[in-house]
Amino acid sequence: MTGPDIADLADLTIAEAGTGLRSGDFTSTDLLAAVTKRASATEAHLHAYLTLDHEGSTRAAEAADASFAVGEDRGPLQGIPVALKDNMCTLGIETTASSKILDGWIPPYDATIVTRLKAAGAVITGKTNLDEFAMGSSTENSAYGPTRNPWNTDRVPGGSSGGSAAVTAVGSALGSFGSDTGGSIRQPAALTGLVGMKPTYGIVSRYGLIAFASSLDQIGPFSRTVEDSVLLLETISGFDPKDATSINAPVPNFGGSLGRGVSGMRIGVVTEFLNGDVIDSQIIAATRGMADKLQDAGAEIVEVSLPSTEYSLSAYYLIAPAECSSNLARFDGVRYGHRSNVEGTTEDMMSHSRAEGFGPEVIRRILLGTYALSAGYYDAFYGQAQRVRTLVRREFASAYEQVDALISPTTPTTAFAIGEKSDDPIAMYYSDLCTIPSNLAGDPAISVPIALDDAGLPIGFQVMAPALGEEVMYRVAAYVERLAGFTARASLATSEVVAP
Amino acid sequence: MTVWEAVIGIETHVELSTESKMFCSCPADAEGEPNTACCPVCLALPGALPVPNGKAIEGILKIGLALDCDINESSIFYRKNYFYPDLPKNYQISQYTFPVCEHGHIEIDVDGASVRIGITRVHMEEDTGKSTHVGDGDGRIHGADHTLLDFNRAGIPLVEIVTEPDIRTSQEARAYGAELQRIVLALGVSDAKLEAGSMRFDVNVSVRPVGAKELGTRTETKNVNSLRSVQRTIDYEIDRQIKVLEAGGEVRLETRHWNENTGVTTSMRTKEESEDYRYFQDPDLLPLEVTPAWQSEIRSGLPELPAITRARLATLGADMIAAGVLADSSDLAALFEEAVEAGASGRAAGIWLTGEVVAYTRRSDVAVLETGLTGGRLAELTAMVEAGKLSSSAAKKVLIAVLEGEGSPEEIAESKELLQVSDITAIEAAIDHVLAENADAVDKIRGGDMKPFGFLVGQVMRQMGGRADPKVVRDLLTDRTAG
Repeated sequence: MTGPDIADLADLTIAEAGTGLRSGDFTSTDLLAAVTKRASATEAHLHAYLTLDHEGSTRAAEAADASFAVGEDRGPLQGIPVALKDNMCTLGIETTASSKILDGWIPPYDATIVTRLKAAGAVITGKTNLDEFAMGSSTENSAYGPTRNPWNTDRVPGGSSGGSAAVTAVGSALGSFGSDTGGSIRQPAALTGLVGMKPTYGIVSRYGLIAFASSLDQIGPFSRTVEDSVLLLETISGFDPKDATSINAPVPNFGGSLGRGVSGMRIGVVTEFLNGDVIDSQIIAATRGMADKLQDAGAEIVEVSLPSTEYSLSAYYLIAPAECSSNLARFDGVRYGHRSNVEGTTEDMMSHSRAEGFGPEVIRRILLGTYALSAGYYDAFYGQAQRVRTLVRREFASAYEQVDALISPTTPTTAFAIGEKSDDPIAMYYSDLCTIPSNLAGDPAISVPIALDDAGLPIGFQVMAPALGEEVMYRVAAYVERLAGFTARASLATSEVVAP
Repeated sequence: MTVWEAVIGIETHVELSTESKMFCSCPADAEGEPNTACCPVCLALPGALPVPNGKAIEGILKIGLALDCDINESSIFYRKNYFYPDLPKNYQISQYTFPVCEHGHIEIDVDGASVRIGITRVHMEEDTGKSTHVGDGDGRIHGADHTLLDFNRAGIPLVEIVTEPDIRTSQEARAYGAELQRIVLALGVSDAKLEAGSMRFDVNVSVRPVGAKELGTRTETKNVNSLRSVQRTIDYEIDRQIKVLEAGGEVRLETRHWNENTGVTTSMRTKEESEDYRYFQDPDLLPLEVTPAWQSEIRSGLPELPAITRARLATLGADMIAAGVLADSSDLAALFEEAVEAGASGRAAGIWLTGEVVAYTRRSDVAVLETGLTGGRLAELTAMVEAGKLSSSAAKKVLIAVLEGEGSPEEIAESKELLQVSDITAIEAAIDHVLAENADAVDKIRGGDMKPFGFLVGQVMRQMGGRADPKVVRDLLTDRTAG
């Protein structure tokens, strides 16, 4: 071992690690050892991983090292340890979506994203915790217990991809993947000081992603830098014939404008998300401060009003539960998953399996969605929500005729305390206020950490762009990252628990 | 006394015989070992997604165009949500508003009269798996102690064809079912086997007093699987509903089950207990776009439809019954056309083909193309009969030998000595012989008693070994016995 100390390797960015691997400073096996050691040191405090695949990751790291040894290079993720949210199917590795109903279920197939990561030589460390079936904003709704925030273990990491956020924040993976239905990547990224990105709907295949709300779900990356985000997204995006909603077109050159700055760009601040009644004042101040810096850097900043965003949350909480009520119907104890021992008819077995297997938030949303789709209520609820969705789309589209990108806070608050909102679903639903509109519109959006609040917790800044506008989005995000100069690391990542 | 009329509508499910299933690449073959033609998609494993099968869309477009439907350029897949163990996703991908095809019609023939049945819609969906209920319960779920599930059939493309309530009698319903089956077979999109369930009917029946504008309450009898049963089910339901109404009762809106053995329908569930399917657009599937170019490509590739075939065969001389039988078999129809081309009368060729030839192929269990019959040989045979060279009984013998592959009619008639003798001298010699031996009979005839005439004809025919033309014998005998 000639390179830096192994413990330090866990703190490298993917780009740095890639350079080190290619210059022979260390091996993929060294990188894997570093993140594994970090996981061993922190898991007792965080509970971010549900499964660590020691055998598979060791084999993948050795294969990557063998590739490097013969000069074979399958791209920027070769040899890089990355983690997957446990709602992505992995051949032969337990996949639960953090639900008791899938306890012990081992998929017989890989999700398309997994196939692509394997083909790119990535090292998949394991599967991370989430709110059951990705329903939640704190990762407290996991049947296997909550994940804690590495910045402050009394706080939530956000959700639903809280496990994937925590592992990348603490260094038990160099990057990770989550799924974002209403903010489930960007919100936890904001709460853990990471870059978290939701791509344009249809850019990343959903095949093998356990569906929550099909018309909103997108897989996307967590990383410590904007550059790493590009590397992760490039590897997993592109047309997939197994997903009928996948866009059959070449993917944009995501990183093509990373170094171009923002001079001459027109950027809109969403005024509805600077409202002190719903957004924390420190977050508003940080957002305004960054807007000013962008202006100083040569961008034209304009205020943009998107009045329909007021109804986005309500529309989302009809559309997503409606789709989930149907998507989760397949969990019935007949072919796989938990089967109740109840005596009685097949129907009794199916209903008891579901009642025993699903947690309370999942049941709440299934009931809500079933009701919203019922005869006599469809028009008033689901139909109306779809009309709002159309309105949101139109409003965003017309905004993008005026501006290149939109900016806002990512979340109304920084990381809240464990238990603080778990008995108040409506308060919890408000966590997604600023992130939901991009899901309804199908547009790309990213959260970049820009500052710490008074409690030392990270504040996320959101950059939104029109569909397939990832290049513009990354261009602004990269400059925001540069202007913010945010270098703080999660306290757990620098504490004595991880000392070598 | 009230005179009643029935109002009938039929929903038909047709399984398409595509190579792969509707939304995955598994073979669309329900016949193999249970649960061998399955994958994550058709088993509805977590994370699996549907992708539509273009060949199935071609199949439904063919059906829709054959039924003169309007094709929606953009049609939408919906989820029909209900829980059932053999429905893997616990929703069926189907269509609701904007099906692939709408507003068509079909002409059927009932007792020589043409009846037009409106087609409301033709939509695309997927089949369910198959449940086998084991234990005491006679194959039905009540009383069974467990159920076995086979998902091989789950996801096989299914086309549903819905009529307007235009049908008035069980006979019309049967004729509709038969014509629809012929069309589907002609299109080659399904094997349309009623007994195997690849084509099945749901029958909606209501009755009302003749002249009433309002519809009566209907019942729906599901999965009727033969044309005969369609007719019987409807007759039973009409009769039952009239009895209920005449006894002062009310027909209940319900789903009923047809029992083939008892010939009776029984209530399965009332509509009040029935499900709210919570239809909504399937977010996993984009709207299905059918471009005008695709539509016209399918249209130009359509085969001749049975009604057109029948009309064409009729103009070639086949009678209505023969035209119907010939149109159902492209092989017979082709032979018929060849024979007419070679000079046969359409009427005669039609009768031979649909009579003796069909009987022979059934009896010997061979396909007509595997026999020695050709259009040319059939024309030769009919020409010989017309020329009086073969009696009708001899012609049958010759035809059987032709079918057996023994050669051409001329050769066979020659070698089997079946040719009729039209040589007058030979017949006259025989008549001389017979008259000489039966002088009494001749006297009786001359005295005005015609009774022995037939006897004399028979004697001459016998003398000729059956090969004389009876008409010629009669004519000659008449002359010779005249006073």
